[in-house]
Amino acid sequence: MSKMNGAQSLVHALEAAGVDVMFGIPGGAILPAYDPIFDSKIRHILVRHEQGAGHAATGYAQATGRVGVCIATSGPGATNLVTPLADAQMDSVPVVAITGQVPSAAIGTDAFQEADIRGITMPFTKHNYLITDPADIPRAIAEAFHIASTGRPGAVLVDIAKDALQKETTFNYPKKVSLAGYNPVVEPKSEAIRDAAALITQSKKPVLYVGGGVIKANAAKELMQLAEITGVPVVTTLMARGAFPDSHKQHLGMPGMHGTVAAVTALQKADLLITLGARFDDRVTGKLSTFAPNAKIIHADIDPAEIGKNRHADVALIGDLKNILIALNPVTKAALAKSSQDLTPWLNEVYGWQTKFPLGYDKPSDGSVSPQYVIERIGKISGPDTIFTAGVGQHQMWASQFIGYEKPRTWLNSGGLGTMGYAVPAAMGAKVGAPDTTVWAIDGDGCFQMTNQELVTCALNNIPIKVAVINNESLGMVRQWQTLFYNQRYSNTDLHSKRVPDFKLLAEAMGCVGLRCERPEDVDKTIDAAMAINDRPVVVDFEVHRDAMVWPMVAAGTSNDDITVARSMAPVWDSQEL
Amino acid sequence: MAIHTLAVLVENSPGVLARVASLFSRRGYNIDSLAVGQTENPKVSRMTIVLNLEGHALDQVSAQLFKLVNVIGISEMKDSDSLKREILLVKVANTAATKAVVNKYKAVIVDESKSTISIEAVGQSSEIESLLTELKPHGIRELVQSGLVALERGDDTLVDRTLSTMGTANESDPNSSTADYQN
Repeated sequence: MSKMNGAQSLVHALEAAGVDVMFGIPGGAILPAYDPIFDSKIRHILVRHEQGAGHAATGYAQATGRVGVCIATSGPGATNLVTPLADAQMDSVPVVAITGQVPSAAIGTDAFQEADIRGITMPFTKHNYLITDPADIPRAIAEAFHIASTGRPGAVLVDIAKDALQKETTFNYPKKVSLAGYNPVVEPKSEAIRDAAALITQSKKPVLYVGGGVIKANAAKELMQLAEITGVPVVTTLMARGAFPDSHKQHLGMPGMHGTVAAVTALQKADLLITLGARFDDRVTGKLSTFAPNAKIIHADIDPAEIGKNRHADVALIGDLKNILIALNPVTKAALAKSSQDLTPWLNEVYGWQTKFPLGYDKPSDGSVSPQYVIERIGKISGPDTIFTAGVGQHQMWASQFIGYEKPRTWLNSGGLGTMGYAVPAAMGAKVGAPDTTVWAIDGDGCFQMTNQELVTCALNNIPIKVAVINNESLGMVRQWQTLFYNQRYSNTDLHSKRVPDFKLLAEAMGCVGLRCERPEDVDKTIDAAMAINDRPVVVDFEVHRDAMVWPMVAAGTSNDDITVARSMAPVWDSQEL
Repeated sequence: MAIHTLAVLVENSPGVLARVASLFSRRGYNIDSLAVGQTENPKVSRMTIVLNLEGHALDQVSAQLFKLVNVIGISEMKDSDSLKREILLVKVANTAATKAVVNKYKAVIVDESKSTISIEAVGQSSEIESLLTELKPHGIRELVQSGLVALERGDDTLVDRTLSTMGTANESDPNSSTADYQN
């Protein structure tokens, strides 16, 4: 214990929590903390907007598995963190946000730059704190990191009054965090493991429905073991892309609104879903009452509240997914050895759909660049060691569909909240966390204009990310819905860009290399040129065909049985498949 | 319509009521009444929440509530094995008729003026309700109700269970309509 002020205590606590980098912007209320930050071994990256700090912390956390940290001042600094915190919480990403608050005597007086950020963030943080006594700072920081990173990970905010940062205190970091109301269950019950193995053994049409929890739990290896023990086909949700290699023969791809026909249909026709760290989100289930109507459900999750939230579970496995799979795999293997299960008819059916309805796209007849082709080529040329981030919309779906993911933590996107503008700052955070890995942000021109200012941060801090702007001069996914559901009335989705802004020049103005590609035959060489630049961020403006659409599609609120592979075109099934 | 009563032990920390209220509001759970106060342990408060669960499983509500870091333990207080009481304070006209109702229900007159009496009644929700029904024709000037509080009958206590099972949170049983969550 040594005497210091609250701000020094905060920085010591962050160091003790193992923080090596944080993203932030100073301001009045947090200013005392920035003085000891100046001397700390923690790398502070000065962003251009607090939203960028939050998404960078999220990208860092998703790429590394460690807790991402962002820091901002009171009032607008704190409210600018609202979107990334909601985003991180929805996707169960461990993020800790530190905010300054007005001095405790001024709280509640509508003081300058006062906002009740604890109240504001209560609904979408896992937990949050308002600290007014400097003696509480180390404990709050220790608890925040513990809560953010254990159980189901999430966002935690620690709001600290300015006077608590200024007052003298003693630094006393707790050796162990003990919270009366927080003890996540990590070991599954053995009876539930036996019940799950029995259901797997009895099933005739099982599917492994894999969610982002497998990546959070670092359980990809154990998932592979289960898949190979059982021979059950695998689908990976948008949050789970990379949890199971796309090249594996049992992988059917992504389920859901823009999932593959094989993945969507396999879930629909299954008699058992082995659900691992997934949450029966509406984008996966379509109309819930018609989802997988004949399937029994094994639901494995660290969060007991997910069990039965959207779909009744026949067997609930509550615990850490890695522990669950380590327990389940040998029991299942032993049970299968004694059974006469034969999945051949089911596998023939499922792999038949896969062969018959592969993902694909049409090349535009006017010679313009197909956006799917650009994304597919980036994936091929950059390879499976690359980390890809995406914004939200058509480009995100194409990046999920047409890039092959082989490893966990190589696909980072905003799945739950659907935050446009996520790609660039998340790529920045990922690159900071994995500096030796190539990081590509696949972004749309709409998304890119929301957060591209962080390219300045990247340029000035030696964070050489690569950005592909899939530029269709429109808000493409919304436009697609207008095409399909609003009689092609394109209300406010045409960005009328015509090179306003000129992304190549904009990139150069921000200290990046700007490239442009307008012809299909230039796609590969433009990507090669971007790949060759490693000392600065690169932005490539890919001018693409604007009428390209994301297929297959299950329209919102409809049944997965009504999947369409192209506009107004249901898959043509063999009669026995219906 | 399914009415359930939950006893919830929470850390006595700032903002805990807001956290619970915010959870119920954002998940669309209807609260009929909520009573909160300190317990024998000054670090722990106890909430008694009466819920009207239409279309939500009690188990899901409990599981969501239990995710709040400040929530230590939850138990359903069933009619069969718990004591449930409400307090009513009601101001009515000072007449022979209203006093007769007071006597009939063994309520207490706690304040009296020439024109009004203030009645205190303690009892189960149904008793309070019928008392009010009988007073209504005589004109109710003003009333205030406490919200239900509940305590288990017998030797068992929620606090004991919560402390004795510290660190071994019960799993949610998807087939069970009751919930008992402790850390």
